[in-house]
Amino acid sequence: MVAMPESDARSEKKPPQWVENTPPAYWVLGILLLIVPTFASNFVMFQIMGWTFILGLIALSLMFLGGYGGMVSLAQMAFAGFCGYMIAIFGNSAVEGISQGWPWWLVIPLALFLTMLFATLVGWLAVRTEGIYTIMITLAIAAAFFYFARQNYEVFNGFQGFNSVLPPELFGVDWRGPVAFYYLTLFWAVAGYAAVLYVSRAPFGLALQGVRDNPRRMAALGYNVTAHRVAAYAFAALIAGIGGILLTWQSAQISPGTISIQAAIDVLVIAVIGGLRHPIGAFIGAFIFVLLKTFAVDVLIALGLGGERFNLLIGIGFLIIVFWSPDGLLGLWEKLRDSRKRDPLTGKGVE
Amino acid sequence: MARDTVTERLAATGTDNALELRGVSKKFGELEALGGIEMTVKPGERRAVLGSNGAGKTTLFNCITGDFAPTTGAIRFFGEDVTAFPAQERIRRGLRRTYQISLLFSGLSVIDNIYLACRGVSRGRFSFIRPGRSDALMQSAEDLLRVVHLEPVRDTMVSDLSYGQQRQLEIAMALSGAPRFILFDEPAAGLSPTERSELVQILTGLPSHVGYIIIEHDMDVALRVSDMVTMMHNGRIFKEGKPAEIEDDEEVQALYLGGGHD
Repeated sequence: MVAMPESDARSEKKPPQWVENTPPAYWVLGILLLIVPTFASNFVMFQIMGWTFILGLIALSLMFLGGYGGMVSLAQMAFAGFCGYMIAIFGNSAVEGISQGWPWWLVIPLALFLTMLFATLVGWLAVRTEGIYTIMITLAIAAAFFYFARQNYEVFNGFQGFNSVLPPELFGVDWRGPVAFYYLTLFWAVAGYAAVLYVSRAPFGLALQGVRDNPRRMAALGYNVTAHRVAAYAFAALIAGIGGILLTWQSAQISPGTISIQAAIDVLVIAVIGGLRHPIGAFIGAFIFVLLKTFAVDVLIALGLGGERFNLLIGIGFLIIVFWSPDGLLGLWEKLRDSRKRDPLTGKGVE
Repeated sequence: MARDTVTERLAATGTDNALELRGVSKKFGELEALGGIEMTVKPGERRAVLGSNGAGKTTLFNCITGDFAPTTGAIRFFGEDVTAFPAQERIRRGLRRTYQISLLFSGLSVIDNIYLACRGVSRGRFSFIRPGRSDALMQSAEDLLRVVHLEPVRDTMVSDLSYGQQRQLEIAMALSGAPRFILFDEPAAGLSPTERSELVQILTGLPSHVGYIIIEHDMDVALRVSDMVTMMHNGRIFKEGKPAEIEDDEEVQALYLGGGHD
């Protein structure tokens, strides 16, 4: 019998690289997330988990810009909301005078495309600035869009916005049903997470990290720094746009409240709480934010304080995290892990 | 350096000059950092630029690469007027540089830094597809890694490299993607004697069509790796010549070598 070449034999048995590279904790989390509907209530699936994944996606778009591109944008919620508005305007809603009622397979790609176009324009303006000025200019754009949507009745239906914006009944499934909606948002959260991780190692993502570390050197290597930054805005807006569509479907409506300045800042808070350094941080931050937003009221009332003060809890939590770990909870976790591994004598990490 | 290889090298390349500076000056407010620089460098020529601190050497590099626009004057690169070109357009035409203070991507690994340098001058800068190990640019990045002896730290974050290793990485990045002309800004500064001789080996081992200008304070390195020497003082060129002529020039010795060089 002819012996098989060693390398062939090995490649047959070996699972693909990504399977090996995935830490066991991820497998456990993955299976846990898949079986959530077997034990969780409808409220947990639809409200807690669904909302976590949606806000996580929108915060992920900020993490991509901030963590890899070094650009902190407060316009991510505006992009998400813009996409939600496009779905309502071109698709179906209760506001029949404005909504065009086009089919979903046309409306969704169109909405995402227009959102990316909007983000390209915003990015084109914002990338000319750095640091605090980027934050200011994106905040100004978010605020302008909020007031515009609130005052424009011809297209955005003003203060009322649009209600009854529902997902299409694809494959005979009611996608707003708790289980279906849970899996729908889980799917897009995982897809967004995987896409960001993948792109971070592709030439585009690497170049973006290069731009973050040293824009001048990137130009000296032949890169068009401005174009790369603008493209990052467009890609991030695609993720935010998907989050925006899901957000609109979850509440079945889109109105100026969705894109308020408070909401824009919430996205930043989520991304910072979780940690801007790794895509998973966006979802960790979103989970904590959603828990606080949902249950802080009850906790406060139980403590005999006014329920409307839940923002106080979020604020204090935010302060503590930023104070102790500028890299958010992820950074805190890394610190703890490293300190356990550290040699008590030399203070150096032990392999 | 043997005379005949130099002639060969110069003959092997095109007729246009690699680099022509015509009346290039640069003012920072009232300060004239460069004044009316005239310089012609032939293709494949290797030139050292010497001068004391503040002589305008790095400013000259910044004007050539497009990091700053010159206040007046014109810069031609292989016959093409690149004065108004942004930095990345000059790089895509085959111009490279290293920086005096390493400008690297500290949040990325060594191989990623070199890969970015290789990718910068080729297509697909916006590609969303990850490169595999067999990717042609990944291969050339791996080759450059070997040239500068950085294989042991391939996946190390640049922020964790030693100073000498960062300098080596700078050079690897300047060599990426078929350079035609390289500007080396004090590549030997802060290197150990061993690292210096490795650097000289790398420089003398470059393909013959690749010319360069090197700013270097270490005369030993500068004179061993160059065919021509340009002396600068207060933003102006005050002497040009062969390494031997410059070394023997009394005026140069008085001004730059402090007369103590024998």
